[in-house]
Amino acid sequence: MTLLRMSIRTALRALRRNKLRSSLTMLGIVIGVAAVIAMVSIGQGANAVVREQISSLGTDLLMVIPGATTASGARSGWGGASTLTVGDGQAIARDASAVDEVAWMRRQVVQVVSGDRNWSTVAQGVPPSYPLVRDWPLTSGSFFSERDEETAQRVAVLGRSVVENLFGVGVDPVGETIRIRDVPFRVVGVLAGKGQTAFGQDQDDVVMMPFSTAERRVLGAKLVGNVDLIFARAASSDSIPEAIEQITRIVRERHRTQPGEESDFTVRSLNDMAEAQQTTTRVLSLLLLLVASISLLVGGIGIMNILLVSVTERTREIGIRMAVGARERHILVQFLVEAVALALAGGIVGVVLGALVAFAVSRVAGWPVLLSPAAIVGSVVFSALVGTFFGFYPARRAARLDPIAALRYE
Amino acid sequence: MEPLVEVRELWRVYPMGDSEVAALRGVSCRIDAGEWVAVMGASGSGKSTFLNVLGCLDRPSRGSHRFAGREVATLSSDERASIRGRELGFVFQSFQLIPRTSALENVELPLVYSEVPAREQERRAREALASVGLAGREHHLPSQLSGGQQQRVAIARALVQRPRLLLADEPTGNLDSRTSVEILDILAGLHRSGITIVMVTHEADVAAFAERILTFRDGEIVSDERPEHAGASRSVAP
Ligand SMILES: Nc1ncnc2c1ncn2[C@@H]1O[C@H](COP(=O)(O)OP(=O)(O)OP(=O)(O)O)[C@@H](O)[C@H]1O
Ligand SMILES: [Mg+2]
Repeated sequence: MTLLRMSIRTALRALRRNKLRSSLTMLGIVIGVAAVIAMVSIGQGANAVVREQISSLGTDLLMVIPGATTASGARSGWGGASTLTVGDGQAIARDASAVDEVAWMRRQVVQVVSGDRNWSTVAQGVPPSYPLVRDWPLTSGSFFSERDEETAQRVAVLGRSVVENLFGVGVDPVGETIRIRDVPFRVVGVLAGKGQTAFGQDQDDVVMMPFSTAERRVLGAKLVGNVDLIFARAASSDSIPEAIEQITRIVRERHRTQPGEESDFTVRSLNDMAEAQQTTTRVLSLLLLLVASISLLVGGIGIMNILLVSVTERTREIGIRMAVGARERHILVQFLVEAVALALAGGIVGVVLGALVAFAVSRVAGWPVLLSPAAIVGSVVFSALVGTFFGFYPARRAARLDPIAALRYE
Repeated sequence: MEPLVEVRELWRVYPMGDSEVAALRGVSCRIDAGEWVAVMGASGSGKSTFLNVLGCLDRPSRGSHRFAGREVATLSSDERASIRGRELGFVFQSFQLIPRTSALENVELPLVYSEVPAREQERRAREALASVGLAGREHHLPSQLSGGQQQRVAIARALVQRPRLLLADEPTGNLDSRTSVEILDILAGLHRSGITIVMVTHEADVAAFAERILTFRDGEIVSDERPEHAGASRSVAP
């Protein structure tokens, strides 16, 4: 038997003999590593979802929202009295050369009724260009036309979630009549499912109607021509900065904002929002990493503690080994191997546990599972390092024992 | 010819609070290769302390200890470990086997630490166990063996490296007289094969197996005699 093999054998024998003690000692490492693995996998899954959504929305989509940008980058005035108007949108469509398509929106939460079912959802008044701007296809029927808009027809296009809640899954409601705030509407189309936004909003929980209809018949209008939001599609991803600049200039001019004065609106690209989202994820990851580090530290101290106990329990054995020729470094290695074996076992159990948690979470959230091989290898190696670091002091203590005192130890 | 062991003015002093306890007070003697020496004396007279120094397990406070031509005090702890593993063998009153570890693995220990090639380890350990009459018990754990058998495993472990010096501290102290005789028979065989033995004992009939008897009193050697009737050639009494 080589020295290392004997050390491993001795270590495993000692750990097996105290199964409960060993498992409890490993717990800190298990939790730490599981947290790291779960966190990394879940974070990557979430990021993948965000990326996919951004690309499904189109990265060249710009949003003009009322209110100035605050220092923290958050927007104020959302939902408050809007300063944006249809005229602003039309001016952008006309004058901004870097913008392809423009749409605007008024929205409000409404009660929708069909037969004896009713559902609370968001009604959006939008121009016919809206599906083009958002790149949002229909699964049934068609979007309302320019004519519908001009004549303020009572026609509606439903999001998938609204269809499911008012009519049931798989039912095609085109041609049916629904009542929105007691106003009867004819359903002319159904939008394809888009899923949740990165912020957990269901984008399919929506009823769309011509902007003019919304303004005149459903949402009412204290200020005619006001909109909550303007969407603009840049001609290409490369022209986003140019488009932002043109939109800002046009709207500032229309609002008579003086040079040096703050704009009363904000132009955002979805890239910004994706970045904001990723910053949030990063902060969360850092927090979890902190928890994981503390857990690993506690685990390491646990290993140190149990190893000191083990050294004391086996003092006589250490004396015997020294009497038959073991050098200090042989004893040191033997106890280091024991510490590393404990930590490694904890690391491996932690990886499995973390992966299970990641699977469960991604299943519930409908995310892809992205186990990171780097995180797995990294945390297993790191556990081994924790074992070495915290095992060193007890192991050295064992190695420095006086052979006679050790042999006489009761 | 140079003696195998030579000690001069050996002192071993233990600090005890403010004062000191001297377990050895200027012990001098030489032991030649091939001798069988019994160490006798009252309890607390320093016999075990003397043996531990000879075994390079303990370091004297003062004086010189030479083993096979080397001044042990000047050696590093690794070098002393190496001497223990290759040139010395220990047998203790309380057997000192590693618990929950098979007889074979216990006997292999000195070979592992001396980095004897793995192939040879098992063969030599089996041979050693067979030579003390334990063939077939290789995989027994210490807890599955009688006291006499455990002491034989310990002897197998001490002789597996073919040591130059075997140190035995009351090897029969925990055994009944019949088993003691068996153990002494094994030691006698080792002695005949050329191994030098230093053995601590309280019993005159055990000491009678040796050729030379050192008697300790209060940390000093008070007599060093070679009784006519004693010696390894002596036949074992029934
Ligand atoms: N670690 C120690 N610290 C203090 N004193 C010690 C220590 N070890 C031994 N002594 C003292 O040294 C003296 C000699 O001890 P030693 O063990 O050598 O005696 P011994 O002759 O082997 O006795 P016994 O026949 O009972 O085994 C004793 O007085 C003992 O108290
Ligand atoms: Mg003694």
